[in-house]
Amino acid sequence: MQTLFLRGPSITLRMIILVIMSIILMTADHRWQHLDTVRNTLSYLLYPVEYVVDLPIRLYYWSEETLSSHRTLLKENRQLKDLQLQSRVQLQKLDILEKENERLRQLLSATPKTTEDQLIAEIVAVDVDPYRHFIVLNKGARHGVYKGQPIIDAHGVMGQIVYVNAMSSTAMLISDVSHAIPVQIDRTGLRSVAFGTGQTDYLDLRHIPHNADIRVGDKLISSGLGERFPRNYPVALITRINRDTGETFVDVRAEPLAQLDTSREVLLVWTQNHQQPMPELEQPGETTVEEPAEEVVEQAPGEDVDGSE
Amino acid sequence: MAANNFKAATLTIFVAFMLAIMPLPEWAIEFRPDWVTLVVIYWAMALPARTGVTLAWLAGLMLDVSHGAILGQNALGLVLVIYIVHIQHQRLRVASLLQQAIVIFFLLLLKQLIVLWVSGIVGHAPHTWLYFMPCVTGALLWPWIYIIMRDIQRKLGYTTTY
Repeated sequence: MQTLFLRGPSITLRMIILVIMSIILMTADHRWQHLDTVRNTLSYLLYPVEYVVDLPIRLYYWSEETLSSHRTLLKENRQLKDLQLQSRVQLQKLDILEKENERLRQLLSATPKTTEDQLIAEIVAVDVDPYRHFIVLNKGARHGVYKGQPIIDAHGVMGQIVYVNAMSSTAMLISDVSHAIPVQIDRTGLRSVAFGTGQTDYLDLRHIPHNADIRVGDKLISSGLGERFPRNYPVALITRINRDTGETFVDVRAEPLAQLDTSREVLLVWTQNHQQPMPELEQPGETTVEEPAEEVVEQAPGEDVDGSE
Repeated sequence: MAANNFKAATLTIFVAFMLAIMPLPEWAIEFRPDWVTLVVIYWAMALPARTGVTLAWLAGLMLDVSHGAILGQNALGLVLVIYIVHIQHQRLRVASLLQQAIVIFFLLLLKQLIVLWVSGIVGHAPHTWLYFMPCVTGALLWPWIYIIMRDIQRKLGYTTTY
């Protein structure tokens, strides 16, 4: 225990030093984003907290799987088999289309499209800042996750990775206020950028001129222009168009197709610039989905459908 | 003895972080009190010689990491709040729980304002009054937090002034 008069630097001095350090940190983090190592180190300390918080939910899912009755499992199995058959049939069609597409591309001597590698990640059940749309995933640098990596779910693009830790990573959803994703309208090819609004149920399309051919119900797909998201993944459906002639641009809202607030599992996608490294480090078994064209598992609908532009 | 106090402080801060990221129903998210700040304030009041601004700063950095915020945002807020608690701890300790709760409200408000100010500079400040709700819930919960924390301290640590 310390005695009364031996106290190191005074509290005011320490406070001032720490305030200055905070300001330096904030500037460094915001301006140069060089603090990933600091964040990484601190996240090791946070990992047990996240683990413990997520544990009951994981236990719940686990017990639901183990304790569900034989009959339910059989029923689910049958449903899944049906679904698999349907998907397989659709996939055959896709396969043919893809082959054809490849051939046509070769005829045009365009660059061949490479397939993307994918990995299933689970969302860790923790709530972070209520005013930001962040989710925590249970895959990190050890699984080859990189900063800026796109994540999708079964219905569409969900967001991208913003912080990578060793065993987990934080992703920003497309609905976050500071997120924007380059999109194009499936029907017409009109390009735009979909901005997050802070609400999970709609995105904002800005800078769309009044004479643009755009309708409610149009599907937005990722255009791949920012070289961050892969092309042709479904993003959102246009739900509202407000043509106020007093404004310079049309006010367009689109509802994200991905289930931003209910998904439990997401797919991490490796685009051609970033190949998924070291497959031997992956967890053995079911989580890796490589060569998506061969297998029927967890393919996002609409992927590689057209490829035409 | 000091090791016990350290144990108690680590344990309660760990629990505070758990409560801070525990999933809540949609309607309750905005009302979640700032558990980490409350617990650190308690320790700064109870053990001012051991828990000072440095601990507050580290806890703030951890909060930043867990929130995906700019590094230093919560840390700055916590350091200033704990500094005030530290220089006023003797007055705060003899105050009644109600008076304490009122002070806590303003301390939490100060922290929220600092965090809001930084988010504003960075460009994504939330545009809702609900943003200040954690100050209200934190102040309302303070009497219970204080009593529970004091019990924990008595069970695990030892009561001391310095």
